[in-house]
Amino acid sequence: MATEPAAAGPAAPSLVDRYFTRWYKADVKGKPCEDHCVLQHSNRICVITLAESHPVLKSGKTIKSISYQISTNCSRLQNKVSGKFKRGAQFLTELAPLCKIYCSDGEEYTISSCVRGRLMEVNENILHKPSILQEKPSTEGYIAVVLPKFEESKSITEGLLTQKQYEEVLEKRTGGTTGAS
Amino acid sequence: MFPLTEENKAVARLLLSTGTCPRCIFRFCGIDFHAPYRLPFKVCQKIETSGFEFTNLMFSVSFPPQVLVREHAAWLLVKQEMGKQSLSLGRSDVVQLKEAYKWIMHPLFSEELGVPIDGKSLFEVSVVFAHPETVEDCHFLGTVCPDCFKPAKNKQSVFTRMAVMKALNKIKEEEFRKQFPCPPNSPKAVCTVLEIECAHGAVFVAGRYNKYSRNLPQTPWIIDGERKLESSVEELISDHLLTVFKAESFNFSSSGREDVDVRTLGNGRPFAIELVNPHRVYFTSQEIKELQQKINKSSNKIQVRDLQLVTREAIGHMKEGEEEKTKTYSALIWTNKAIQKEDIEFLNDIKDLKIDQKTPLRVLHRRPLAVRMRVIHSMETHFVDEHHFRLCLKTQAGTYIKEFIHGDFGRTKPNIGSLMNVTADILELDVESVDVDWPPALND
Repeated sequence: MATEPAAAGPAAPSLVDRYFTRWYKADVKGKPCEDHCVLQHSNRICVITLAESHPVLKSGKTIKSISYQISTNCSRLQNKVSGKFKRGAQFLTELAPLCKIYCSDGEEYTISSCVRGRLMEVNENILHKPSILQEKPSTEGYIAVVLPKFEESKSITEGLLTQKQYEEVLEKRTGGTTGAS
Repeated sequence: MFPLTEENKAVARLLLSTGTCPRCIFRFCGIDFHAPYRLPFKVCQKIETSGFEFTNLMFSVSFPPQVLVREHAAWLLVKQEMGKQSLSLGRSDVVQLKEAYKWIMHPLFSEELGVPIDGKSLFEVSVVFAHPETVEDCHFLGTVCPDCFKPAKNKQSVFTRMAVMKALNKIKEEEFRKQFPCPPNSPKAVCTVLEIECAHGAVFVAGRYNKYSRNLPQTPWIIDGERKLESSVEELISDHLLTVFKAESFNFSSSGREDVDVRTLGNGRPFAIELVNPHRVYFTSQEIKELQQKINKSSNKIQVRDLQLVTREAIGHMKEGEEEKTKTYSALIWTNKAIQKEDIEFLNDIKDLKIDQKTPLRVLHRRPLAVRMRVIHSMETHFVDEHHFRLCLKTQAGTYIKEFIHGDFGRTKPNIGSLMNVTADILELDVESVDVDWPPALND
């Protein structure tokens, strides 16, 4: 096993690159730059994360709090699944809200599911330590895990952008308005 | 009842030992009772052509269900006649036709095949008889006890042996006598043989395997009917066993399993293979040794040791170990931050570390979501360079090692990354030992 000592990056692709495909949704619910990233595992499980271009991840932002209470009588924290077939999961549509992020500058952001499926779990670690959402947005700072229906495991990503398409969107954005600092 | 007279028996035995056809022997001895000519010959021929290896056999017969009705009629008559002489008789005092048949046939078979008949033998010869002429004998029971005869999906007729027996237990004597003659009429034709089948009970082979490839799954890897990799550990071993044991199929089981990209080194992982309907079952330890060599020569991706024949019961030892025993691993780890030898040494001092593992994302689609507590008994570090080190771990069985290294999105806590305050990833993993002391080690 030749393990050539690599300078900085790992010799092999990262954990996310090895097992997941990245899908993106730009300007979620029409709100500019509020981009989400869905990591789909080869076993169809989806991990919902913030895309690197999301305003929350822009420099200077501080997260005041995160809440999975999406309406007065629905909290994503109440989601419970049991057994191999994950009975009792909350069902999510593409537009279903997962959580709200409140920033110290008074801004408030809603994170959506982006894919249809059943909610497996939400990431409670980010409640106690919101900074990991900014430090490791595509691993430990994930928002939620969603299990799509078996028969929809391919179709749920049809409306999403590929890595390349997402990069093109970012390019257009910076090309059109050079205001983004 | 045996058709040969005592003095003819010695003659028959002598002729049989010279290889004379049994039918000819019967003729020579002047036997004109036909049944023994037909069946043993047909059955023995079937046994011979089936190619099974056996040292004893179990013989089972299935008579048509209407025999039960006829037996019942005969029993009622016997009971009545005995009653007239003020003698009482139980149902079990009457010899069942099936028993009588066995008394007649077993010595015949035993002699013809040269092996004893043994009810516990794994080699089973079964004969199914039919008697079309009397099929309708049962039918009156259907109108008398309709609730005993419910149609079932995979039954050709509702008049099964069990159903007929149930109905005969229920039906009143007078009712039976009204519907069926006692004694029963005598049929014109003899029974016909519907089928003769030979089968051998499963035998089990166990051993330990090493896996030296990172592109070899343990069992065939098929997704949506499409094969991902062309071979598997189970096939590399079992294909040889199937051929040598001339078995119909196999079932592979092992003490745990490893991922496709994980090697299994050291003394290997215990496994057992059930060989279904084997035609060859007697092997010397030398032959098993040669079989092991054959498996080992055919592939460099796997090696097998301690190959041996075992009992069905012994396989339990292998599964017991699956959850309780410890396993040792060796992992090559990458860290994002540069490390010094001193940065990893603290891991050597950690003993019996309790970790909480949520069901890994990679298996969550087919396993329940749960948090499982596992114990990392000990760790030993070997510095490689400023971004790599090798970690040897001894853990409780059932620990997901890869997740303990990279943390699985923070879902295994603590993990190597969190302990060291770096981002860690696993580049290679080897199973160094599976600490289950079964099957017994052989000196080969």
